[in-house]
Amino acid sequence: MRGPMQAVATKLKGRRGDSVLFEDIGFTLGRGEALVITGPNGSGKSTLLRILAGLLGADSGTFSLLGDDGTALPVADYSHYLGHRNAMKRELKVSENLAFWQSFQGAESGEGMPIDEAIDQVGLTGVAHLPFGYLSAGQQRRIALARLLVSSRPLWLLDEPTAALDKRSDRLFADLVRAHLETGGLAIAATHQPLGLDSVRALELSGIHSTVSDGTWA
Amino acid sequence: MIALIKRDLAIATRSGGAAMLGVLFFLAVVAVIPFGMGPDLNLLARIGPAILWIGALLASLLGLDRLFQADREDGSLDMLVMQDWLSLVLTLFVKSLAHWFATGLPLVLAAPLLGLLMNMSATSTGAVMLTLLVGTPAISFIGAVGAAVAVVLPRGGLLVSILILPLAIPILIFGVSAAYAAVTDPDPFWPPFMILSAIALFFAALGPVAAAAALKGASD
Repeated sequence: MRGPMQAVATKLKGRRGDSVLFEDIGFTLGRGEALVITGPNGSGKSTLLRILAGLLGADSGTFSLLGDDGTALPVADYSHYLGHRNAMKRELKVSENLAFWQSFQGAESGEGMPIDEAIDQVGLTGVAHLPFGYLSAGQQRRIALARLLVSSRPLWLLDEPTAALDKRSDRLFADLVRAHLETGGLAIAATHQPLGLDSVRALELSGIHSTVSDGTWA
Repeated sequence: MIALIKRDLAIATRSGGAAMLGVLFFLAVVAVIPFGMGPDLNLLARIGPAILWIGALLASLLGLDRLFQADREDGSLDMLVMQDWLSLVLTLFVKSLAHWFATGLPLVLAAPLLGLLMNMSATSTGAVMLTLLVGTPAISFIGAVGAAVAVVLPRGGLLVSILILPLAIPILIFGVSAAYAAVTDPDPFWPPFMILSAIALFFAALGPVAAAAALKGASD
């Protein structure tokens, strides 16, 4: 897999309204490494992930992906973001949904796997022809995970990826992430699911909100 | 980008899609006019182009609020907004175009049938179709801006219409005057039609950029 060697965050600070959720967040991830973000509800896990994905502006600090030669790569083109919602259309068939994302997020960083294979990988062989809306919540979540497979992007940003998944699917998810890391990918996930890997680092958000004291809101 | 057009068209034409809704509304608006006005054929023929245009304008505004809201509800919008500026603008251009294919084009195609109800001549109907063909994309492109501004509001439908209506008024004015000019003799057809085309091109260029700015700013 081509793509970034490193994901580097420095001094990230995020806030919601006038309360600072976190500040001074910094980490460096290399190939095959994962970062697991934990913390109580409301501690800013989703906010941090959305900042990393570029969907929210950080209050201060930077996040960048560096290529093999040290040049900065656009995060948007090299990362998959999986949020709380599945980004699939209920009206369309599973295969149509995945085909759309495969084509739309067609990788600058390498080929993804064929759609049928991705569906097999998440353990749902035979559902390709069903409308997405027919699937159960857990199955829908697994198809959402399959989206990460059909186009290959090195950095995975996962927000509660195992929500609605049963125990077996939890393990399946851990296997998918492990396989991704083994091919040189990177992953940053807000999850309580142990990934069973040596190269996983943890980042705990305290959830203690401090009020901004710089006077902007005073 | 072709994939995006295909996806949006597939959604619009399947169950609960917006494609038929606009046409049916258009049909309803225009079909009740002769009953309200009475059977004066000359009067109907005279107001026909204006009624068709007003009906098409209202029908175009009808489904606009769903343009981005459906994508926001299922999370797809995040993936679209994540892209860099240029790709996002291009994406929104394509989405607006797909929206026009699904909701605007059927209105153009339904116009001759409704022209019949209004006792309009063939020339007059043709002129309305031609001006709608140019004018309805303009409504879709500028409508995308309103849809993007109101995307975070749970019931933004009415707001979208109110935001967009003032901007759609020039489209209506020049569309109707070009359609009339085609049948009333001394009035020239081309000047209002050219201005209508210019508005359509201007909105096609401006709409996606403004909508992109609104969506980037609206992420929460």
